[in-house]
Amino acid sequence: MNQITALTWARTKEYYRDKGSLLWSFVLPPLIIAVVALAFSREDGHLFKVGYYPGEQAPTVLNSLNYVQKVPFSNEEEAVRKVRHHQIDLLLYTDGNHRFLYNPDSHNARVLQDLINASPTQAWQGEVAEGRRVRYVDWVIPGILAMNMMFSGLFGVGYVIVRYRKNGVLKRLQAAPVSPAAFLCAQMLSRLIIMLAVSVIVYTASDWFLDFLMLGSYLNLLLVAALGNLCILSLGLIVASRLANEELANGLLNFLTFPMLLLSEVWFSLDGAPEWMSDASQLLPLTHMVQAARAIMIEGGGLADISHHLIAMALMTTVFLGLAARLFKWRAD
Amino acid sequence: MAMLYTDGHSLQRSPFMSASESPIIEVRNLVKRFKHVEAVKGVSFSIPKGVCFGLLGPNGAGKTTTIEMMEGITRPDSGEILYKGTSNNPHFKQEAGIQFQSTSLMDYLTVREVLELFASFYKKPVPLEPLIHRCHLGEFPDQPAAKLSGGQRQRLLLALALINDPDIIFLDEPTTGLDPQSRRNFWKLITEIKQQGKTVVLTTHYMDEAEQLCDQLIIVDRGQIIAEGSPEQLLKTHFEQVFVCLNKHDLPAHLQEQMVDEGPNGQWVIETTSVENTLQDLIRQGVPLSSLQVRTPTLDDLFLKLTGHSLRE
Repeated sequence: MNQITALTWARTKEYYRDKGSLLWSFVLPPLIIAVVALAFSREDGHLFKVGYYPGEQAPTVLNSLNYVQKVPFSNEEEAVRKVRHHQIDLLLYTDGNHRFLYNPDSHNARVLQDLINASPTQAWQGEVAEGRRVRYVDWVIPGILAMNMMFSGLFGVGYVIVRYRKNGVLKRLQAAPVSPAAFLCAQMLSRLIIMLAVSVIVYTASDWFLDFLMLGSYLNLLLVAALGNLCILSLGLIVASRLANEELANGLLNFLTFPMLLLSEVWFSLDGAPEWMSDASQLLPLTHMVQAARAIMIEGGGLADISHHLIAMALMTTVFLGLAARLFKWRAD
Repeated sequence: MAMLYTDGHSLQRSPFMSASESPIIEVRNLVKRFKHVEAVKGVSFSIPKGVCFGLLGPNGAGKTTTIEMMEGITRPDSGEILYKGTSNNPHFKQEAGIQFQSTSLMDYLTVREVLELFASFYKKPVPLEPLIHRCHLGEFPDQPAAKLSGGQRQRLLLALALINDPDIIFLDEPTTGLDPQSRRNFWKLITEIKQQGKTVVLTTHYMDEAEQLCDQLIIVDRGQIIAEGSPEQLLKTHFEQVFVCLNKHDLPAHLQEQMVDEGPNGQWVIETTSVENTLQDLIRQGVPLSSLQVRTPTLDDLFLKLTGHSLRE
């Protein structure tokens, strides 16, 4: 344990004394968040989004309305939550009682009410569902934080170990009574502590300016961050297990990060994407981290709601760690 | 004194080692190949406790491969290494100190932090302050390891090799790349370590380093041991003569044919058992002696004699 603590502390010192790493971790994510917040601060008001529940058949009153996207819901709770957070403008109940749910803070909802009640059919009664609008920045913040963890985890462990192997640090450690398990454990632990600390600081600082929507438990969010980070770090260890060539490691790490960046819903939802793409994204650890964090933050999901993501990340971590332990060599072949 | 296994299998005990004295490390018929190159071709030797044992040879002779197999860093293709009589001795790493030819350390850690880190790996590390003082690291304990000069870096690497108060210390080309002053300082440190009764295993391609530090030597060329013994014994065995050296241009043409060898820097070298007679001959023949040098044979001369090429080649 003494060895692991000493190696963890040594690696952590190396991290915070390396100005480049610090800049990458602390400056870049808030910068991205700020740009996203600025770029998406003006909502597109030309399209209305109206949900209906229950049933697959849209109410006839919507037929006469142009520029309306009709969204069927099979889960009332989900539909109400979307009204609260302005993700849909209105929810029409198709139970024959001619009532709808709206958020009084939504400008679109007011326009839609007038349009619906102006139709020649029976008048509709409105019920209020209050809540905060989910902005794009609220939606994207779990993705940006997870993306930062992915880059820092993969490159911070993968690249660093490959460099250690190339310049002989690993060879020197091999000559000392240090087990590979203690060394790898320390590398993971150090990066885990760093990234959780960085994420908490970046989150808190950004939240101070942008006031993110956070409906779930911070503790659950921390659990997702820790497990997701471990999963990413384990993947980084596989890359670092044998290579001694930094260029090759760099290419391999990019090969891993780019698909995750595109398919793990960091920047955009895969709702409209082909099914195979959504299925493929479930094989990526970042997808589970992002979806679980998003479920907690903007849907108020509890542990039960994200259990499948937690299980997936735990399984992937076990497989990746097993592979990395099997493949690891102090020196390149 | 080293024991040599002349055929790689049968063990011949050195006459300088008493029957009760057991070697600290024994190497038996060690072989290592890298793709198509056989780097080490069945070398065998053993090292008694408390000596400074040198592996002398030119670059590419197989010294580093041999020492790294002894250190447990490189796996031999065949052969056996016994530490204190046991193969794969579990105590080896705790009891051995190792300094590689070139090693980077954690760039952003200071000298003291690197020492503290490595101290944490061992069950019984030595106190750091005396070690820092002993290896002359006291002037820059808070300097980042990446910013050390060559000599400072070698002293830090030596301190790391000594941090566990080892029974045996492996030093692979410890002074390569150092300036003459740093080399001499480093030799002084190694001499102090020897005086404490530690076993030192050293590879070098500097004959002066081997002569200065080593009690016992094996001379290695192309993966094989070509000679063994103490430096004095080796030179005594192979040379009866001393060398009289003269500037090439000082010699009359008719004498040049009689010269034994052409040495470095345009010198002509005369091997002689009697310096007095040789000098009288040269004076008699009117040879100018202003460039005259008389020197005893060195390990480089020995290597040249045995292999036909120099240690520096």
